[in-house]
Amino acid sequence: MSQVDESGLSGQTPAEKPRHKPSRAPRTPMPERAAAVRRSDFEEVAFGYSAEQAQAEANRCLQCKNPTCEQGCPVNIRIKDFIAAIIDGEWTDGVEILKERNALPAVCGRVCPQEEQCEASCVLAKKGEPVAIGRLERFLGDHDLTCDLEHRCTPQIAEPSGKRCAVVGSGPAGLACAGELARLGHSVTVMESLHAPGGVLSYGIPEFRLPKAIVAAEIEMLEVMGVTIECDQVIGRIATVEDLMTEEGYDAVFIGSGAGLPVFLGIPGENLNGVYSANEFLTRVNLMRAYEFPTSDTPVWRGRKVAVVGGGNVAMDAARTALRLGAEEVFLAYRRTAEEMPARKEEVHHAIEEGVEFKMLCSPVEIRGRDGWVTGLVANRMELGEPDESGRRAPVCVMDADFEIECDTVISAVGTRANPLLHDAAPDLELNRRGYIVTDENGATNLPGVFAGGDIVTGAATVILAMGAGKKAAAGMHRWLTDA
Amino acid sequence: MFRIVHTRQISDAVFEMGVEAPRIARKAKAGQFLMVRVAEGGERIPLTFSDWSAEEDWIRFIYMRVGKTTHQLSHLSVGDELADVVGPLGTPTHVEGVGRVAVIGGGVGAAVAYPVARAMSAAGARVTVILGARNAELLVLEDELRALPGVTVNVVTDDGSAGEKGLVTAPLKRLCEAGALDHAFAVGPAIMMKFCAATTAEFGVPTTVSLNPIMVDGTGMCGACRVTIGDQIRFGCVDGPDFDGHLVNWEELMSRQRVYVDDERVADADYQRECSCHK
Ligand SMILES: Cc1cc2nc3c(=O)[nH]c(=O)nc-3n(C[C@H](O)[C@H](O)[C@H](O)COP(=O)(O)OP(=O)(O)OC[C@H]3O[C@@H](n4cnc5c(N)ncnc54)[C@H](O)[C@@H]3O)c2cc1C
Ligand SMILES: Cc1cc2nc3c(=O)[nH]c(=O)nc-3n(C[C@H](O)[C@H](O)[C@H](O)COP(=O)(O)OP(=O)(O)OC[C@H]3O[C@@H](n4cnc5c(N)ncnc54)[C@H](O)[C@@H]3O)c2cc1C
Ligand code: FES
Repeated sequence: MSQVDESGLSGQTPAEKPRHKPSRAPRTPMPERAAAVRRSDFEEVAFGYSAEQAQAEANRCLQCKNPTCEQGCPVNIRIKDFIAAIIDGEWTDGVEILKERNALPAVCGRVCPQEEQCEASCVLAKKGEPVAIGRLERFLGDHDLTCDLEHRCTPQIAEPSGKRCAVVGSGPAGLACAGELARLGHSVTVMESLHAPGGVLSYGIPEFRLPKAIVAAEIEMLEVMGVTIECDQVIGRIATVEDLMTEEGYDAVFIGSGAGLPVFLGIPGENLNGVYSANEFLTRVNLMRAYEFPTSDTPVWRGRKVAVVGGGNVAMDAARTALRLGAEEVFLAYRRTAEEMPARKEEVHHAIEEGVEFKMLCSPVEIRGRDGWVTGLVANRMELGEPDESGRRAPVCVMDADFEIECDTVISAVGTRANPLLHDAAPDLELNRRGYIVTDENGATNLPGVFAGGDIVTGAATVILAMGAGKKAAAGMHRWLTDA
Repeated sequence: MFRIVHTRQISDAVFEMGVEAPRIARKAKAGQFLMVRVAEGGERIPLTFSDWSAEEDWIRFIYMRVGKTTHQLSHLSVGDELADVVGPLGTPTHVEGVGRVAVIGGGVGAAVAYPVARAMSAAGARVTVILGARNAELLVLEDELRALPGVTVNVVTDDGSAGEKGLVTAPLKRLCEAGALDHAFAVGPAIMMKFCAATTAEFGVPTTVSLNPIMVDGTGMCGACRVTIGDQIRFGCVDGPDFDGHLVNWEELMSRQRVYVDDERVADADYQRECSCHK
């Protein structure tokens, strides 16, 4: 099935191809559902490019001799070549080029912060609009998913090595690591504590941004490659990492358990009814499908006026989910300004279109309540001062407890930390000051045969970085398994 | 999928279920719990181990039929399957060196009290069980508890239809007054645990309570189960479910347990209607 090694494009020299004349057309807009319609259901916001739109957009690419976009990609996808494949209408070739470096293009095309990565480094970005690399990636990823399982692009699997690997956690880091280990011929079992695999892709990122059918299809592919996925397995409780390597006979273990522990604001009123961590709110809605309640069994409190605290992707997802659950007003309270928000630009734009009201320079100090339920969020008015160590201008308070936002729900999306169960899973594992696993450049931890990657090493980051780390650790594990 | 290997009706609304789960059975400890999801689309609910056998690969739990999920459970029989059973979760109950201990189980809390009393007596404690229920009908596990070696059982019912008439705090107070307690362990409705803790506080008897906040994942990633212990926020599913009863913010716990009462009623009513349609 696979043609990875005889990939048509990479072997071709530019001289054999007809000269590419870049189009001067403006960036091809993404077809999307109207904000007024989509804000009341959970279906996907963007339709994706048609073949014509994808080719029109690909034609804008200059096919630079030195493609700077590729340096902007954390896993150095051969962007120039996959775009050339789209120009030529060679979808399968394009998919293969993508999958050399990125096992989940349909996911990354939707959720990567392209505007800070590849698209920021596109030569066209200097003068105008960069090539819509993310949308093109999604186009190819989706094309692959529309094929029958046997026609989808699967990597060639090496001869069985006889080695067994355990992967703890089925988020992007674990999935990428498992896929790569399977490709290298190792037998792989992924152990996931929840009842469904995917990590944040399943429980965190909402259906309207990343349909769960896409996550499921990508995971199905791994199973076709021979990866076994066992859900309901909480490592640290059902077995320790040491148990896996001794009693259960695994030769190497990868830990990709994410940074799942929610951080609360630490202000009065935080345990009132109607206060959620974004993790709880999104897990109820996405993983437990509370938006289908009572057809599904898990309820979620549907607030009328919802205040979300934070400025990242998690905050945007929570705010837009609250709208879809029927909130009349959704406020987003952030202590800096829209400029400093770490969320993807597209999500900020979509949130504004859908009617989320941004309250900038606003730092919550108290949640007020009556009879055990939330009635309002009190905040300090801030202004931007000198840059802090992150280089962003630090918010400083100008007015104490300046105003109160009337609301019946508060969702705190101010970050996550390492899950404490990790300590039970491997008490001797070296952790850093913040509780994350310490690894070397190959993803190896201080314990022999135990590797790690993703948010549990870096702290909350991105899907593509977690996947890159999983893949790198798989290479490290492969060396460790074959040298030993 | 997890195959059901045992079912038993204990009283009108209380049932026991056994499930094949070899990996979990090998690690279970008294005071720990499971998250159970009956079927696709179902809720994840926490239930405490009542018993387990590493040799025979099964675990058991005792549940009271209170809402949709527990109703669904009660309609299943041996050979049927549960979609998901996750565990063992939570920190095991501290059973070593508790000396003279009162184990108080109210209502379905008896299901938790039973393995705890068993583990404590096995660890050499002198155990007095105080078993409370609204009436004789709702009393569960009395025979099993009486069969434990070296365990004394006091029965208390609200209406006096079995044992002493009154509340579990009455015999607890007498034990405290007699200076006959080094420790107390209470599990049951929050209000009962609150009053047990208040009773022992007067006498300075250290008291562990097994809290039952609403949970979603049961693994520490959502914070739904947060409780205030002293001046700290702790997660019931990983830091607990056992906490120092004298430090619990009871009003907050009881308020948080009521968040979804309306939704729960809707879900259960829908389910009952559906069940009667199929009859
Ligand atoms: C709401 C939300 C929106 C986001 N949006 C974006 C976005 O648009 N773009 C982007 O690039 N990034 C986004 N991110 C960040 C991105 O999702 C994460 O950086 C990425 O998922 C990290 O991958 P991971 O594999 O390290 O961990 P996770 O995805 O967290 O997966 C870890 C898995 O391990 C499991 N696990 C944990 N402990 C155990 C254990 N003891 N035993 C067994 N299994 C265990 C967990 O259940 C989980 O399934 C978002 C995050 C959130 C929460
Ligand atoms: C650590 C722990 C151990 C428990 N052990 C047992 C046990 O051994 N036997 C037993 O009968 N019950 C036990 N419970 C309570 C049990 O989980 C609830 O009775 C069950 O969830 C009810 O579900 P339902 O759908 O039938 O009822 P619902 O109608 O959904 O709820 C009825 C009541 O149960 C509680 N409840 C509902 N959902 C949850 C949830 N997801 N998490 C926690 N509580 C909830 C609420 O107080 C609610 O008002 C335990 C709870 C906890 C937290
Ligand atoms: S139930 Fe989610 S953190 Fe405890």
